[in-house]
Amino acid sequence: MARFELTPEQDELQRAARGFAVRRLPVAHLRGLRDAREPLRLSREIWREMAQLGWAGIAIDEAHGGAGLGLVELGVVMEELGRTLAPTPLLATSVIGAAALAAGDEALRQAYLPAIAAGERLLALAFEEGRRFAPYTCRTTARRAPSGEGWIVDGDKTFVLDGVAADALIVVAREWGEPDDRDGLVLLVVDGSAAGVEVQPLGMVDSRGTARVRLAGVAVPDGNVLGAPGGGAELLDRLLARATAALTAEMLGAADAVFHTTIEYLKQRHQFGVAIGSFQALKHRAAHMYCELELTRSVVRAALVAVETGAADADILVSAAKARASDVFVLVSGEAVQMHGGIGVTDDLDVGFYYKRARVTDLMFGSAAYHRDRFARLQGY
Amino acid sequence: MIIRQAGMPAIEAFRLDMREWLEASCPASMRKPFLPGEEVWGGRRRTFPSDDARVWFERCVERGYTVPAWPREYGGAGMTRQESRVLDEEMRALGCRSPLVSFGIWMLAPVLFEFASDDQKTEHLPPIGRGEIRWCQGYSEPGSGSDLASLSTRAVRHGDHYVVDGAKVWTSHADQSDWMFCLVRTDSDGPKHDGISFLLIDMTTPGITTRPIPLISGSSPFCETRFDGVRVPAGNLVGREGGGWQIAKKLLEHERSIISVMRDRAPEEAETLPAMLRRTGDPSLRDRVIQAELDFVCNRLTLERSAEAAKAGRSPGAASSMFKLYGTELNKRRKELRVELAGYQGIGWDGPGFEPAELQITREWLRSRANSIEGGTTEIQLNIIAKRVLGLPD
Repeated sequence: MARFELTPEQDELQRAARGFAVRRLPVAHLRGLRDAREPLRLSREIWREMAQLGWAGIAIDEAHGGAGLGLVELGVVMEELGRTLAPTPLLATSVIGAAALAAGDEALRQAYLPAIAAGERLLALAFEEGRRFAPYTCRTTARRAPSGEGWIVDGDKTFVLDGVAADALIVVAREWGEPDDRDGLVLLVVDGSAAGVEVQPLGMVDSRGTARVRLAGVAVPDGNVLGAPGGGAELLDRLLARATAALTAEMLGAADAVFHTTIEYLKQRHQFGVAIGSFQALKHRAAHMYCELELTRSVVRAALVAVETGAADADILVSAAKARASDVFVLVSGEAVQMHGGIGVTDDLDVGFYYKRARVTDLMFGSAAYHRDRFARLQGY
Repeated sequence: MIIRQAGMPAIEAFRLDMREWLEASCPASMRKPFLPGEEVWGGRRRTFPSDDARVWFERCVERGYTVPAWPREYGGAGMTRQESRVLDEEMRALGCRSPLVSFGIWMLAPVLFEFASDDQKTEHLPPIGRGEIRWCQGYSEPGSGSDLASLSTRAVRHGDHYVVDGAKVWTSHADQSDWMFCLVRTDSDGPKHDGISFLLIDMTTPGITTRPIPLISGSSPFCETRFDGVRVPAGNLVGREGGGWQIAKKLLEHERSIISVMRDRAPEEAETLPAMLRRTGDPSLRDRVIQAELDFVCNRLTLERSAEAAKAGRSPGAASSMFKLYGTELNKRRKELRVELAGYQGIGWDGPGFEPAELQITREWLRSRANSIEGGTTEIQLNIIAKRVLGLPD
């Protein structure tokens, strides 16, 4: 089976997503949301258009209103959206949220999945509590309600992607154990309008919608618990593997786009009477970046396929892909700023948005350093 | 016993035939990776490291399996591309060694098929496929390294012969080779690229002398080859006079792909980098080991992706420079790390006090320095990518 070649259907999907991103979600869209201080930092109207194209429910099964495709197709769309830094709910809602809800009981699936596929309901995963990626570090508690029915959730979550826009939160909470234990975690669906949920927007450097969430005595019904009993960490691992692989596709698309913008600039910008792209000092750096991007393209695709097919080395490839995508996006966007010279550090130019996004995506779901370490630990060294 | 099912697709039946033949024909000792010096290079003076190597070589030659996709008239097995890929997959699955390692097959033959006359193909291709004639490459000169097109070895036409004078360097294994494919200058006027021709030279011709050049690693796979009034039949010109540069460039693309693939399939090292790290336990080197391992995975995946694209009909073209560049730079890093991990035991040169495997670490580290120079330096590859892939101006 081909591992890297796109199928004709995926190829068509890629072209459609690329066209849509250019037309409806250029970098100017993100800039506009920022300048207008739009609190959601995304457009629900554009999301509904994407839902009509089948992308919101791309990986939801057909019985629940989705297209029945998988993570590889999500990756194709993520990469194209990455090119224009399009702020859409695809990652939080379709990659993570839909997969989380698929682990719920049938009533929960019926309540959420068709609405997600229709673009009517947005989700966000609330798991982080500290300064950096630490999936099992959880002080948020889930206790049985005194009535014996349902749960009471208390705690503080931070860096919640799409936290302001989300209609419901997937909250990671601790049923038992110590704050860093992998065991004892439980994932619950918490309605965003439930009493005791307080969402505070965080102004991040990449202008995306991110929030801090305070949960104070929030009542959650029994039916809103996801996954097998005691299997919270397992489900969380699965969601994070998908999310990380999909994010690397977005990072690849963004890095590739800002790289090509820079190459065009090197051809067009003249100094000392010649195009600056004729200088070997810049040519060699450009060629070096090209190689790094090509290697990243291979490992990103391999990671998406490995997660989708449940390959034995999926976790290793996800870490390899994230380490590489982080490094290459930081490298390429930093070089883009430098090679554009004085205008490279102005807000007028879109290049700065890529540079800022690179730093944020590096930290999301574990930095390059985190994943290099994990890549080795998974292989016993 | 391999079971064939009725109605099985022809290619799957073919696969079973190949598997059956390989299991019966490939000696057990030939199903392990090469150790250094165990390759079979062929040629008039061919040697074999073992009887098994000879048997395996002869069995493959007999069926044309050294060059399975070549037409039968040129000594191949006449397989389709798909069949030849199946044979390759089955050989890999069993871990079979390449029966013949050959510059003739990898570099010269593809350009002979494209540019040579029928007579030349008939004369030269069958002995290449059968491993009877070993070829070396005459490209670089003392005065022409990266600026290859400035080469000045002259070939002057006298009647039905060319008379060749000059010198070639980095002619790998010239002292072991029977013939050389050589770039010569047939015209000194006009643009330098247009005065180059591609000539096939029998190394036994009077006036040729070769001298091995010892490298910093102590080995000397490279030679200097001198030509003093060497008479070469005009019929040994491939393509037209002055058309050699086009052939040379094509051949270099093959060479670059090969150097990167060879790195990928290089003889298996005794101990992996993570194993060395665990044994020596130097935490300060851990991050660099991880990075080298991670890049190795990404490079292997990229070669796989490129092979898939080639099967789908998209050849890498100038992007093959990337494989040459990345494969060799990565290999240098990895060899250097082995030295650092081995500490004092990784910088021994010879004599007692060092295990053979430790001395090999030293030698391979030093040998790897040539990888990013031979076949076009890293800097030349960067130039090629910048110009031909990215379209940056001169």
